[in-house]
Amino acid sequence: MLATIIQNLINALQWGSFYALIALGYTLVYGVLTLINFAHGDIFMVGAYIAFFVATFCLATIGLPGWAALIVTIPLTMILTSMVGVAIERIAYRPLRRKGAHRLYVVITALMCGLILEHGNLALLGASRKAFPSLINEQVFTVGGVTFTNLKIAVIASAILVFVLLQWIVTKTRVGMAMRAIAYDKFAVPLMGIPMDNIIVATFILGSSMAGLAGILFAMSYPILEPYMGALIGWKAFIAAVVGGIGDIRGAFLGGFLLGAVEILVVAFFPSTLRDLIAFTVLLVILAFRPTGLFGIAKTTKI
Amino acid sequence: MLLSVENLIVKYGNILALHGISFHVNSGEIVTLIGANGAGKTTSLYSICRLPPPEAPRVVAGDIKFQGESLLKTRPNEVVSRLKMALVPEGRHIFGNLTVMENLELATYSREKGAQLSEDYARVFDLFPRLSERRKQRSESLSGGEQQMLAVGRALMTGCQVLLLDEPSMGLAPRLKYELFRTLKQLNEQGMTILLVEQNANLALHLAHRGYVLDTGTIAASGTSEDLLGNPDVKKAYLGG
Repeated sequence: MLATIIQNLINALQWGSFYALIALGYTLVYGVLTLINFAHGDIFMVGAYIAFFVATFCLATIGLPGWAALIVTIPLTMILTSMVGVAIERIAYRPLRRKGAHRLYVVITALMCGLILEHGNLALLGASRKAFPSLINEQVFTVGGVTFTNLKIAVIASAILVFVLLQWIVTKTRVGMAMRAIAYDKFAVPLMGIPMDNIIVATFILGSSMAGLAGILFAMSYPILEPYMGALIGWKAFIAAVVGGIGDIRGAFLGGFLLGAVEILVVAFFPSTLRDLIAFTVLLVILAFRPTGLFGIAKTTKI
Repeated sequence: MLLSVENLIVKYGNILALHGISFHVNSGEIVTLIGANGAGKTTSLYSICRLPPPEAPRVVAGDIKFQGESLLKTRPNEVVSRLKMALVPEGRHIFGNLTVMENLELATYSREKGAQLSEDYARVFDLFPRLSERRKQRSESLSGGEQQMLAVGRALMTGCQVLLLDEPSMGLAPRLKYELFRTLKQLNEQGMTILLVEQNANLALHLAHRGYVLDTGTIAASGTSEDLLGNPDVKKAYLGG
């Protein structure tokens, strides 16, 4: 019994880690721009593809061993994916912001950017799925009836590490302080001599690089890539961010792990076809009671 | 002339907010813009600060010059970091989710490395001892007066040489109001140039060297504070008889 619980817990943490890492990007960008960056799920997809190309290049062309390829792939993918995020910001969102466009138009632009990434991928690489090369030997450990792999543990550890790192950035660094300031009062930030665009770019770098990291880990865990892989997981991560309280990093992680846990539990007790139905129902109920999410605070305007 | 606004015409959307106004501020002066609600006082300050949309007013014609150089193409953060002009906005706009100290630290974001920050912190805490007591406190929890002190302190931490204030006395108890204005006087005596926007014309004119009276986007009167305080029209309209 205990073994089953721990087993499900590990599975939930691993599955929730992906949601948490992606939810972060939604929450960071929302905090700074009050924009729901609907292209973010597809940035995760692009991250997985970038990881695919980098890893294949390292293994096949350079002939690196798997572990060395992984060491190269992780930072390179994160950097390249963050460049994709920043490019979208520069090309699509910034011109709208300069003109003072209403948020609605920016959200629609974000949706379109996501679709362009999906279909651009489809047009460039075709509809055939890509098999992600294996970079590490997956080892299975069994301790007291609980089975886990080194990869699962690595995924969970990465998510926790990212959480600690981001908390540190947001609470202790000046860029993080500026991000929090923007979330509270956008108007006054330029009055402090802070170049708003730099902070926004930093936010996209952080969010997209974590989506890239999620892309690598996801591709390693489930090594089949296809252009639409980011769509559903992106939506779910977005919902996780909302349930956690969008704009709050702790909320993104809690929401991500919560969604992971609900999904794993549903599959443990019900037919897996009910997974999304029950998971979303649970989230709907949570939102009905706490519309601002678990960590969210209703915005009050002081006069 | 440190700062000059020349025939400035400004629109919000299709609404004309400033009908071609001109005023200037000399180095070391306290100049006040007074006038009723909607006269264009805040719009003037926002134009000078080059605030981004959607708050930003659109300059249709005219120019704003800082030491003779047009600042219409200057980015809002550069107004602070390069031209050393800082705005204390109406309604304070402090970062309530940050502590008092973090608010002040954030204002030093664009200061050059090796700037004498400790002196500036000392000056702010000297002017506003209350902020020093509450430096670890979330600034949301400060009283209105303390928040105003923080807003001014924060502007000072940007290392500004020109201080623009928008309705700093609003919402303050009379005692705090006088205290704040004494502080402004003190700052000016230390060399700070001040452009003050106020609805409380009496208080503003007693502090300022010169003033401009704005009325629906035009300058209705201008002169030294003594002149304006003695001007019967100004007296009647803005000083309560």
